[in-house]
Amino acid sequence: MASINIDSELCDLCGRCISVCPFDAIEEMETSITINAACRMCRLCIRNCPQNAIKIEEKQQLIDKTDWQGILVYAEYYENKIHPITFELIGIGRELAAKVDMPVYCLLIGHKLKNISQKFLEYGVDTVFVYDNERLKRFSADLYANVFEDLIKEIKPSVVLIGSTSIGRSLAPRISTRFKTGLTADCTRLKIKKNTDLIQIRPAFGGNIMAQIITAHTRPQFATVRYKVMNCAEKCEPHGNVINRNTSRQITTSSIDVLDIIPKEAAPSITDAEVLIVAGQGVAKKEDLELVKELANSLGGEYAVTRPLVEKGWADYTRQIGLSGRTVKPKLIITCGVSGAIQFTACMNSSEKIIAINKDKDALIFKIAHCAMIGDLYELLPPLVDKIKGISNYEI
Amino acid sequence: MNIIVCIKQVPGTTQVEIDEETGVLKRDGISSKMNPYDLFAIETALKLKEQTGARVTVLTMGPSQAELIIKEAFMIGVDDGYILSDKRFAGSDVLATSYTLAGGISKIGSYDLIICGKQTTDGDTAQVGPAIAEHLNIPHVAWVSRIKEVNNQSIIVEQNMEYSFEVVRLPYPCLITIESNICTPRLPSYLNMLKTKDRPITNLSLMDLPDTSESNYGLKGSPTQVERIFKPEHNVEQVIIDCADTDGSQYAYELLKQWKFI
Ligand SMILES: Cc1cc2nc3c(=O)[nH]c(=O)nc-3n(C[C@H](O)[C@H](O)[C@H](O)COP(=O)(O)OP(=O)(O)OC[C@H]3O[C@@H](n4cnc5c(N)ncnc54)[C@H](O)[C@@H]3O)c2cc1C
Ligand SMILES: Nc1ncnc2c1ncn2[C@@H]1O[C@H](COP(=O)(O)O)[C@@H](O)[C@H]1O
Repeated sequence: MASINIDSELCDLCGRCISVCPFDAIEEMETSITINAACRMCRLCIRNCPQNAIKIEEKQQLIDKTDWQGILVYAEYYENKIHPITFELIGIGRELAAKVDMPVYCLLIGHKLKNISQKFLEYGVDTVFVYDNERLKRFSADLYANVFEDLIKEIKPSVVLIGSTSIGRSLAPRISTRFKTGLTADCTRLKIKKNTDLIQIRPAFGGNIMAQIITAHTRPQFATVRYKVMNCAEKCEPHGNVINRNTSRQITTSSIDVLDIIPKEAAPSITDAEVLIVAGQGVAKKEDLELVKELANSLGGEYAVTRPLVEKGWADYTRQIGLSGRTVKPKLIITCGVSGAIQFTACMNSSEKIIAINKDKDALIFKIAHCAMIGDLYELLPPLVDKIKGISNYEI
Repeated sequence: MNIIVCIKQVPGTTQVEIDEETGVLKRDGISSKMNPYDLFAIETALKLKEQTGARVTVLTMGPSQAELIIKEAFMIGVDDGYILSDKRFAGSDVLATSYTLAGGISKIGSYDLIICGKQTTDGDTAQVGPAIAEHLNIPHVAWVSRIKEVNNQSIIVEQNMEYSFEVVRLPYPCLITIESNICTPRLPSYLNMLKTKDRPITNLSLMDLPDTSESNYGLKGSPTQVERIFKPEHNVEQVIIDCADTDGSQYAYELLKQWKFI
């Protein structure tokens, strides 16, 4: 909660701030400079003003941060499945908690949860809070926000971590708004300051730049976290406990009726595959995708594609890697004829091993590849597949 | 039935780069356009209008140039337009943006259904819609991929979840956010352009809102702050193989064996 002010005594209307502002938020009036609604507080104008005429005014701290303790992780449980991001949230939650000496809590909402709640203790959670009720069986954002509110009022956590999933991104803004506090969406990195301010890093401008965001004056600090970016929590000797919370009529009533749940056809998921072979526009014809599929087959993996191939209708959207597709983090990824635009690489560059095949030696993809192969995919892939198949035939 | 669609003007491109030395963003051109995801929200509203005779109003918060997207919405077939523009809205994050929009919606008055796009291409948070619903204390459903039924009291929609579609009924007033590609947005028409050329757009400033205390808007009303922006870094140890002078497939094969994938 700060504001940017321009000292008109010092300002000589040089216009430098206008030219550096990435958001077009500074306007020149007749005798002064003003900041308009597009400002996102990036402070570039402050750093670039030759006259030091632009200043930031921080408001007095309103809350006592020591009243807010603990890192609360939302354990996403839907249709009898724990979403795997939960374990990644516990992983990063424990890392953060260790830095500031706080407990890690889980919130579990649903019905018939007895056996499930124990599971989180094996990953080092200190307390699992459970709201178990028939009326909580199915997700709706208003309902689950009520439950969240009940727990936050009780335990006053400093940080709340929620997965950047369909459910998480519908629920998080509701509950952060209820507490009139900050929410940073789709974080890819999290750190914490000694004063318990969470440092939240997320891609902006379609991944071209990263923004570091803090919530300095309100609590709790809400962040949603991208799937497959953080490391899973390690298993450990359980030491925590489970607390069953009261589920009053008041918090379990929703105006939304869930009428039906229609399962989607289970497509092989590129987010779960350990080996991914990716086809980009270097693949010239739809039929040639077979080369990539064959390599994927021979290594027991899945194939994936870049966005242009989905746009051409060569592959389903669920196989697209990238900002407007999925984030992946396999053990091995081989890109074939992919240029390496930031919108693509931002969502696969934490893969353990990256091999990139491209015939352009200056292709951007080579910047992030562990093995950069300058060559033609049409010449490379067929003999490679033969060699891999050869060995498995031999062993049989 | 009254429908309000929230639309936003966004930069025409996301291809920005940072100058490594000064840390300043380089902008190529300052074109702007309607958030592409909001076109699906407008189309959904217009389909409902055809079905029920609803009145469709668009609302945007932004600098005065954002009137352009309201004019565009008129050309597509929208009935009314409101713009929330005030320099005290500067620097709004999710909380302040949604609060301002919720204030604007209360000012517009009677509404049954609010429709938002699933996300914007600049903010890219997908959080403003649900946050508006919370401020107005009405139910919401995100990621709507189909409208199954509408009547006088409620709407039945299909919500696109990760592994399933959830069919839900919401009573009015309520808010939904629309998945992309669920319909084909119609194009602005020349005829509509002629018809709506002089149609007024209502301007709302902070003083028109139910809550006029400045500290709840813009930077002052935004709990999150951008501390810094920087370029994504990559630094990896790597080998470079030029297949012009090495047998690439053999090398790759050996490497995959060494890494124990075969
Ligand atoms: C907001 C936004 C979101 C986006 N989201 C995504 C996203 O989610 N996913 C995504 O993929 N993209 C996304 N994009 C698009 C992205 O910017 C790129 O346009 C896209 O990734 C390029 O795909 P490509 O590498 O397959 O094609 P190209 O850029 O056309 O690259 C093809 C490459 O193949 C090489 N090549 C050609 N022939 C051969 C051969 N015979 N052998 C070897 N190499 C060969 C060429 O040298 C070239 O480098 C997004 C863009 C924007 C603005
Ligand atoms: N400034 C704004 N004016 C009007 N609507 C907005 C604004 N910002 C966001 N929205 C709405 O909220 C949706 C989600 O935006 P975002 O949370 O920024 O991804 C958009 O598709 C719009 O419908």
